[in-house]
Amino acid sequence: MHFEYQVDGGNFSNAGVASSQFKKILKQLNVDPGLIKRIVVALYEAEVNIVAHAYRGIIKIDVNIDKVRIALIDEGPGIPDISKAMEAGFSTASPKVREMGFGAGMGLQNIRNNVDQLDIESVVGKGTKVEFEVNLG
Amino acid sequence: MDSRHFHHALKISEQLCMGCSHCMSVCPTEAIRIRGGKAILYENRCVDCGECFKACPVDAIYIDQDDFNRIHDFKYRIALVPAVFIGQFPESVSRDQIYHALISCGFTHIAEVELGTEVLLRHMHEYAEKHTDKKPLISSFCPAILRLIQVKFPSLVGNIMLLKPPLDITALYCRKKLTEEGFNPAEVGVFYITPCAAKIAAIKSPVGEDYSIITGVINMDFIYNKVKKRLASDKETGSMQIPNPDLPGSAMRWTLTNGEAELMQGRSLAIDEIHNVIEFLEKVENEEITDIDFLELRACDQSCAGGVLNSANRFLVAERLLNKDFNEGGGQKDGIHAYSEYLDRRISIQEIKPRSMMKLDEDMAEAMKKMDRATQIMQLLPLTDCGACGAPNCQAFANDIVQGEANIRQCIFIQKSREHSGELTSEDSLGILKGIWGNDKF
Repeated sequence: MHFEYQVDGGNFSNAGVASSQFKKILKQLNVDPGLIKRIVVALYEAEVNIVAHAYRGIIKIDVNIDKVRIALIDEGPGIPDISKAMEAGFSTASPKVREMGFGAGMGLQNIRNNVDQLDIESVVGKGTKVEFEVNLG
Repeated sequence: MDSRHFHHALKISEQLCMGCSHCMSVCPTEAIRIRGGKAILYENRCVDCGECFKACPVDAIYIDQDDFNRIHDFKYRIALVPAVFIGQFPESVSRDQIYHALISCGFTHIAEVELGTEVLLRHMHEYAEKHTDKKPLISSFCPAILRLIQVKFPSLVGNIMLLKPPLDITALYCRKKLTEEGFNPAEVGVFYITPCAAKIAAIKSPVGEDYSIITGVINMDFIYNKVKKRLASDKETGSMQIPNPDLPGSAMRWTLTNGEAELMQGRSLAIDEIHNVIEFLEKVENEEITDIDFLELRACDQSCAGGVLNSANRFLVAERLLNKDFNEGGGQKDGIHAYSEYLDRRISIQEIKPRSMMKLDEDMAEAMKKMDRATQIMQLLPLTDCGACGAPNCQAFANDIVQGEANIRQCIFIQKSREHSGELTSEDSLGILKGIWGNDKF
């Protein structure tokens, strides 16, 4: 099954809407609660990353019987140094974003800790694609 | 455990129900449908929160209680009285007057439910110290919330503190104490005066426990009328001394909003009213809200003061319990303290299992097929959530169809279209509506 959600950059009051909608779908599909939690936590982090850093983005999700594959593709500034961005506590979020409780520099870490496979591709000045998988078996 | 075996205290009287669907609209777990002009309950979805009870204009939803006369099956009859019962009466009626009136209703002993809170609080602190990995810890106090988490937030069941609520602790203490004083345990009945439906359901089919030590449950509004009558008759209601000194103020406030949260260490939050709780738990589940150590969650507005069996206004109930010069210092500590060790060994409850109501099918492949079908059906529906089909909204209706519980022709928009195109006669259309709303509405 395929699902898509649009995400607006900078719209913090709507951050997490896609994650909540997809969470409801996972519950209806009777996915194990522990797995739902991992998927949704990773998805929420990645969704907030688009809101906090990019101009706009799209979330594409494929659900199969054995795994959930999620791609978050944004148009934004891109990540110059992905390995640095993966370090705990590293953040380029503006003070304004941090004031709202986002941008602590734990996002990508938190995604990595919750998924079975993670790929990040980024082109500076163009955008970022975060793709991850969680096995359901 | 098969969810069909869950006891529900909320019942619908077929005789009184006029199928107005008010209850269907307010149910936070979408557990009600209209069929044949009557409200029906999907039992595995109901969490006994009581919203339907409050919404019903004709009192067709009632709360099943034990027969009051059953108390006389026991030689010794303990009334477990919640603090909010005192709050039903104005300040001019003293606690002792209320208890004397209760005794004259037929009880032999009175114990305040909140007696057990001190023992419990110590365990809650210890539990929080031991389980720093589980954040936020969620209080096990409100039975409607426990059921809500089981059915709607299954991934959070592990956050619930596996500790008995004050009621069970106090009941254990009373039974043990009377047994030690030489009473025959078989002759002792423990009756709880409940301010809500969820507590009844919790006693009849406890979550996290194999059985309950409460003999029976009496609805608070029922006993309120009895006591009120006795108080009004202004008779001296016997010479029996009420042995219990006042409880500490913190115990009296336990069942009000913030009653637990203010006593917990770390970042603690109290949230009352079931929709507020649902909104908050959605965010906790996504880890949008983190760094909270303890959550006190109550299904009713103003917590137990807003329980559906309260007779007095919930704000006045809370006012009396908050403002009364309840003993802040000592209170009746000594009695229950002697039994700390006995209670300590029995305070845990078993692991709480999720029983999700959201799933379309046990089997994921089957659930995916059903979801596909429901999505297709949604494209045909008007998305007005009018409820004329007998389901609370279009999505719930689409899910009912894929579960074989409803037919798409129940949608009034579909009916009109099919009548127009000649696929459906007006007789058929009327027949379908009668099937949902009953013959007498046409």
